Amino acid sequence: MKYVGESLQRVDSYKKVTGSATFVSDVKLARMLYAQVKRSPYPHAKILNIDISEAVKLPGVKCVITGEDYKKRGGLYLEDRNFLAVGTAKYCGEAVAAVAAETLDIAEAAVELIKVDYEELPAVTNAIDGMKPDAPLIHPDLGSYKVIPIFFPQPGTNISHHYKLRKGDVDSAFSTADFVTEHSFFIPHIQHVPIEPHAAIALYESDGRMTVWASCQSPYAVRQALSASFDIPLNKIRVISQAVGGGFGSKAGTTLEGIVIPLAKRCQGRPVKLVYTREDEFENAYVRQGLHATIKTGIRKDGKIVALKNRFIWDGGAYTEYGVNIVKAAGYASPGPYDVDNIWTDSYCVYTNHPVGGPYRGFGMCEIHFAIEQNIDIVAKETSISEVEIRRINGLRKGGITGQGEKMIVSGYHDCLETVLKEIEYDKPCVNTSPVKLRGKGIAACWKAPSMPTDVASSAIIRMNEDGTFFLMVSAMDIGQGSDTVLTQIAAEVLDVPPENITIRTGDTDHTPYEWQTVASRTTYCAGNAVKLAAEDLKSKVIELAQIKMCAYKRELEFQNGFVVNKMHPENRVPIQTFALGLTLPDGSGVGGPAIGVGTFVVPNNMNADKYTGMGEHPVAFWTIGFNGAEVEVDTETGLIKVLKMVSCFDPGKVINPLTYQGQVEGAMVQAMGTVLWEELKLKDGHILNKNFVDYKIATAYDIPELIVKVAENAELTGPYGARGIGEPVMVPGAPAIANAVANAIGCRFTRMPITPDDVLNALKGKNKK
Amino acid sequence: MKYKVSFFVNEEPVELYVPANMTLLYVLRDMLNLTGAKDGCSAGECGACTVIMDGKPVNGCLVLAPELDGKHITTVEGLSKNGKLSPLQEAFIAHAALQCGFCTPGFLMTATALLDEDPHPTREQIMKGISGNLCRCTGYKSIIEAIEDVASHYEGGKRI
Ligand code: FES
Ligand code: FES
Repeated sequence: MKYVGESLQRVDSYKKVTGSATFVSDVKLARMLYAQVKRSPYPHAKILNIDISEAVKLPGVKCVITGEDYKKRGGLYLEDRNFLAVGTAKYCGEAVAAVAAETLDIAEAAVELIKVDYEELPAVTNAIDGMKPDAPLIHPDLGSYKVIPIFFPQPGTNISHHYKLRKGDVDSAFSTADFVTEHSFFIPHIQHVPIEPHAAIALYESDGRMTVWASCQSPYAVRQALSASFDIPLNKIRVISQAVGGGFGSKAGTTLEGIVIPLAKRCQGRPVKLVYTREDEFENAYVRQGLHATIKTGIRKDGKIVALKNRFIWDGGAYTEYGVNIVKAAGYASPGPYDVDNIWTDSYCVYTNHPVGGPYRGFGMCEIHFAIEQNIDIVAKETSISEVEIRRINGLRKGGITGQGEKMIVSGYHDCLETVLKEIEYDKPCVNTSPVKLRGKGIAACWKAPSMPTDVASSAIIRMNEDGTFFLMVSAMDIGQGSDTVLTQIAAEVLDVPPENITIRTGDTDHTPYEWQTVASRTTYCAGNAVKLAAEDLKSKVIELAQIKMCAYKRELEFQNGFVVNKMHPENRVPIQTFALGLTLPDGSGVGGPAIGVGTFVVPNNMNADKYTGMGEHPVAFWTIGFNGAEVEVDTETGLIKVLKMVSCFDPGKVINPLTYQGQVEGAMVQAMGTVLWEELKLKDGHILNKNFVDYKIATAYDIPELIVKVAENAELTGPYGARGIGEPVMVPGAPAIANAVANAIGCRFTRMPITPDDVLNALKGKNKK
Repeated sequence: MKYKVSFFVNEEPVELYVPANMTLLYVLRDMLNLTGAKDGCSAGECGACTVIMDGKPVNGCLVLAPELDGKHITTVEGLSKNGKLSPLQEAFIAHAALQCGFCTPGFLMTATALLDEDPHPTREQIMKGISGNLCRCTGYKSIIEAIEDVASHYEGGKRI
């Protein structure tokens, strides 16, 4: 292959190094107004009265709205959410009113003038408490909410979804097991921390057209949500997404767009802009859901795991319109990449008065694998079988059966395991450089499938210009992961033209074709397939015309280096641009018309699993499997953990671009390291205590370990050139690999993340007492 | 009350009346429409707003506009000359030292100032030098390597 598999430079890099890439916050429009939001100071409170009379009087204020003005609920999978609180505020920081004014200063001053009377309500600040029968109800009307019928809210409780996986017969399997053991883990909320805070602009014009500029991952999903919530027909609403400054899931849904639209509707002809502050970002964009996980394992003496019973209780926050699907994904992936015959999993999504939980890179997998992969090491220790052997024995092989009962057609589990063991030199003991600094190594596996409805669609259009260059149009968004580059490479490969001859355009629902969402590590696979089909469609149409011009059969012709070439007689060739506008015949008549290729893609034969057992023949598009290894040094005097080295080996099917692949993997490992060492949204009675970068630390350049990136390619049969998605999975095993390394270094197990210096010192104290 | 300030941005003279509480970042972004420097926190904690002031990297969000009088400011827009990218810009592209690109202008400015000060820093010095700039995408390795690449292959702005 010529372009696929090559380290092509990113197609978006020139504009990004010159400062000319335009993010929404950079957009300035004539007569623009600025929005600000009044927020609830309470985690749970009844809104008794909102007095906007002083705010509207302030000179420069154009309009003030409250939740009462737009009462229609919305949501992706479960319609439980208002963009501005209606009746009650359900988390600290929830928007209760919004202002549009001539300047940001005036908008801020107006917000101060809005007076809200609240009656504080008892708050749910722990998901386990939230499940109790006497817990305060956060959504008393849950029973009347519209829901996609693969989710099961339980009216009269705080449970918005109960997912069940039922495979085999766990009870009798446990009774035959030689060892049965149970362990619990806790993963707190963290935040995505894209360096670009969310931003949106809306403009409503007198003819009823609404244009929205949004820093969003999924312009079509945003268009759909806004259209439904505000009753705007889809042909009157245009969502434009330009450069997106990192998403990691937080820009997958619809958030602040729902605030600027109602403001814009009232300020016809004036664009309304809202940009989140960093504090807003921590509080009002999504957060990663918290998780309480318990795993019961039944294992035979020979190392075979015979039964698993999992209980996942998710802290979904105040609204779970998106979160219910994470709970489902975690449920069906609950055994991890292991071949286990008997599984019983309950995964509950629970409302709390915490910030809104939403998709975060990994979609539940980082959280459950922190439990699954530490559990494997713990079980290994308890049964005196090595943690490597247990993985070799139980890891999913080709032909193995997943938790949902599907046969694995391909699996890189064992390849990745052996590569990581070798790269981290797992069999070699660590060399401590000081008696108080102890080193250890750890490994962890993971798997992830795109958690998306089975029938979601992608499309691509490619047009040839008169000079043989191309425009490729898709609505999959490059949020940093490199999709613009990879999709260009796929088109270049099919058409056999240099990638620089193809310009990719994305993110404009009026002009670029449908894409469900840029999530789920599905873009290379789904949009990649659509692009490949579009390019093939264009090629086939051109060759159709070339038959006439070149007096040859279709089967004899192919694209080569910008020419249509007769394979038998390569000297017989015609530049592709000859056919850009169709073909002109000798008599002057034209046939064909402009060369446009169209590609559409849905995952073939992807079917819903059984609603009640989770079992299915082909319920997910594909599974991405891989491993991380880590070496750490723990300072037993200070409790500080330093990660010295991390190794990644995944099976991406086929790496389309090694350079961007490496970047994705390195970034993911460092993000994972941050989550296990430092990151936690500190919540006290529903209030976030660390809404800034001083108190919420993420990794810096000074913290990074040696990073090694390896691959084991086993082609995905339905993937473009064999590729499957990797952006999210590559983050998943980092945290448990580090936790396992820490346990191996100091002999203490940490079932909660992050693992802080205090945790380490306390654990060491406890250990020495024993 | 507004202050009159005269200063240079990317070598061009600028004269403005600025409010006392406005920051350099918003002078650049709002008054001069130079949106390369980004706002990631407005609090001096992320480095997305980094520009060079009189040879030193500064957080644009922490410098107040009235302090600008007589200063020389370089922004990411001023790094390339006549369409020719600077060695660091080239190296960021070659190493894919950027993903979403929101942090990139800040890193480029910090790195430019770092190499102006010491053209051949050690890896450790680079890691320390850029640790005030946050990036959530790359994991930093490619950024460090891009800077190392320039440090080891350039002398006085020329490739060796
Ligand atoms: S915006 Fe200035 S440091 Fe973050
Ligand atoms: S490239 Fe996205 S924050 Fe650095």
